[in-house]
Amino acid sequence: MSEQQELKIENLHVRVEDQEILKGIDLTVEPGKVHAIMGPNGGGKSTLAYTLMGHPGYEVTEGRILLDGTDITEMAPDERAKAGLFLAFQYPHSIPGVTMANFLRTAVNATRPEPVSPRDFRKTMREQMALLKMKDEFAGRYVNEGFSGGEKKRAEILQMAMLQPKYAVLDETDSGLDIDALRIVADGVNALLGPEMGVLVITHYQRLLNYIKPDYVHVLVGGRIVANGGPELALELERSGYEKFEPPSAA
Amino acid sequence: MALSQQSQLDQLGDYKFGFSMPENYHFKSRRGLDRDIVEEISYMKGEPQWMRDFRLRALRIFENRPMPTWGASLADIDFQNIFYYIKPMEKQGRTWDEVPEDIKTTFDRLGIPQAERKFLAGVGAQYESEVVYHSLREDLANQGVIFLDMDSGLREHPDIVKEYFGTVIPPGDNKLAALNSSVWSGGSFVYVPAGVHVEIPLQAYFRINAENAGQFERTLIIAEEGSYVHYVEGCTAPIYTTNSLHSAVVEIIVKRGARVRYTTIQNWSKNVYNLVTKRTSVYGEGTMEWVDGNLGSKVTMKYPSCYLLEPGAKGEVLSVAFASDGQHQDAGGKIVHAAPHTTGTISSKSISKGTGRTSYRGLVKIYPGMNGCKTHVNCDALLLDTESRSDTYPYMEIEEDDVAVTHEATVSKIGEDQLFYLMSRGVREDEARAMIVRGFIEPIAKELPMEYAIELNRLIELEMEGSVG
Repeated sequence: MSEQQELKIENLHVRVEDQEILKGIDLTVEPGKVHAIMGPNGGGKSTLAYTLMGHPGYEVTEGRILLDGTDITEMAPDERAKAGLFLAFQYPHSIPGVTMANFLRTAVNATRPEPVSPRDFRKTMREQMALLKMKDEFAGRYVNEGFSGGEKKRAEILQMAMLQPKYAVLDETDSGLDIDALRIVADGVNALLGPEMGVLVITHYQRLLNYIKPDYVHVLVGGRIVANGGPELALELERSGYEKFEPPSAA
Repeated sequence: MALSQQSQLDQLGDYKFGFSMPENYHFKSRRGLDRDIVEEISYMKGEPQWMRDFRLRALRIFENRPMPTWGASLADIDFQNIFYYIKPMEKQGRTWDEVPEDIKTTFDRLGIPQAERKFLAGVGAQYESEVVYHSLREDLANQGVIFLDMDSGLREHPDIVKEYFGTVIPPGDNKLAALNSSVWSGGSFVYVPAGVHVEIPLQAYFRINAENAGQFERTLIIAEEGSYVHYVEGCTAPIYTTNSLHSAVVEIIVKRGARVRYTTIQNWSKNVYNLVTKRTSVYGEGTMEWVDGNLGSKVTMKYPSCYLLEPGAKGEVLSVAFASDGQHQDAGGKIVHAAPHTTGTISSKSISKGTGRTSYRGLVKIYPGMNGCKTHVNCDALLLDTESRSDTYPYMEIEEDDVAVTHEATVSKIGEDQLFYLMSRGVREDEARAMIVRGFIEPIAKELPMEYAIELNRLIELEMEGSVG
């Protein structure tokens, strides 16, 4: 098989509870590149995110997902994470009684061949938390329990920073953030960008793309990618909206 | 018995304390219970007349009371098929070397001598009906702390025992307390003089070995004014296809300004009926803390209680129960406000797996005129799958208006989305489930000394094994 370094989505059809949501998606994310997926609500953006990560409620009926040449379509979510895929959740779940530090260490050790020493782990965690302007006591709080919207999103980026995935999917990371929180989160993401990591940014608004600059923009409407372009496409969407891409029946 | 060969093997795989040892006993009574058996127990122990009379009075109460029918099913208990008194050795050991080989091997495998060396101030080890080993650190003995098995306590400190024995839980309290009162043997006698703080825990270890054995230990703890003690008990038994019975009575007296913490990690094998009465009388400004972990047994019915008898008294019950296939954990706590300005808390966490069933059963009672009392009840249940079951029976008898009473209850399931979230970070499904369960009990686990918190988590992980799929 090909050893191509890329996250490749081929003709992906996805069904949720007897309804086909994605109707044939083709998309390739290369390391070092930022792809943005934009689209109206209900267009299938979050379905794509969950399907990539392997949520059991999303059934792939056709097509496949390749990560660096390996077919991950049937893999469990933890295996995908070990293969180098990451999803920053739009609505992260709380895990009462489990501290962030404990959760992060479990996750880091689960995705690496060798466990990190507690000392190295703590050092890295503190550095990354400082970059995201998180106080030390954050590490002792229970995962997402009582977090504000901004804290949740920062916690997602902190996990991404600790896990250092090859491909990261950011699902509506800007939703619920005020402008200061948005800037902190975007700075956190930008600090992680580099030639090794490919990113798929899913967003409804162009606003986030002022801070995380995409190389490519794709428009997802009605379960299909209806337009592809560069950063200028995002600006155009900001001006004219999604109407011209909507199928007539949906209006 | 309904257990198939295969499921017995499965149980053995999970439960590492399921082994048994040959019975080389000094004395074993015949099966069943009657006046002769009770008199024989008292005679063999060389007890004073008042204790013999106490036992016989209790036996009559036991015989005349109906079985309680309001809780877990007790229909399978056959009181006439049980051995009520088994004396494993003639004399208690003062060093582990004096303990017979089979029994010492058992406690070695349970890690008791190692724990004693590492982090305990005193140890009692009960095997069947008698305490076979007992120790207390010398510095504590020099401060007047008494930590003996109950039989030695009665022999060596008859006045103290006579003053308090059966005063917190009289034989007529309930049928099982009456049974214990008539055939009790072993258990701990703890006396902490005024102002003495026993900073590291005393531990008692209870082991049933013989098939159809009954264990009826009796514990009495007296904490004089301003003293502190933490007492820990652990329990295991071999796996048999027939039932064993463990029915203890624990009485605690917390005097003015004293504090007692009583921690239980109950891990009986799944053929043991565990029917225990535990109660504390708490006096002014005193504090009682029950930390009650129930993982093993076939059926447990246990509701540690605090009777708050003078202003400023505080009572707290922290209860964790885990019921897996075939188990019923009917647990909770009672707080009785019998003085104004007293404070109570019951916090219960229960986990049910497979056909396991947990019930929270609790009582908060505030008598008329007991103004300024505060009480809080919180019970959370976690269901691991669709089959498992949890019920809540929160009794509230509040007969005074000027009080603050709060009650919260939640039932949750391990959700698909919660698992997906953890797994998306590389955590395997079984680890993710264990993580959610550990988090669920964390508020109580963090109250345990570290060694016991680790043990509790380890036991729960063992119970969780094979829960994926």
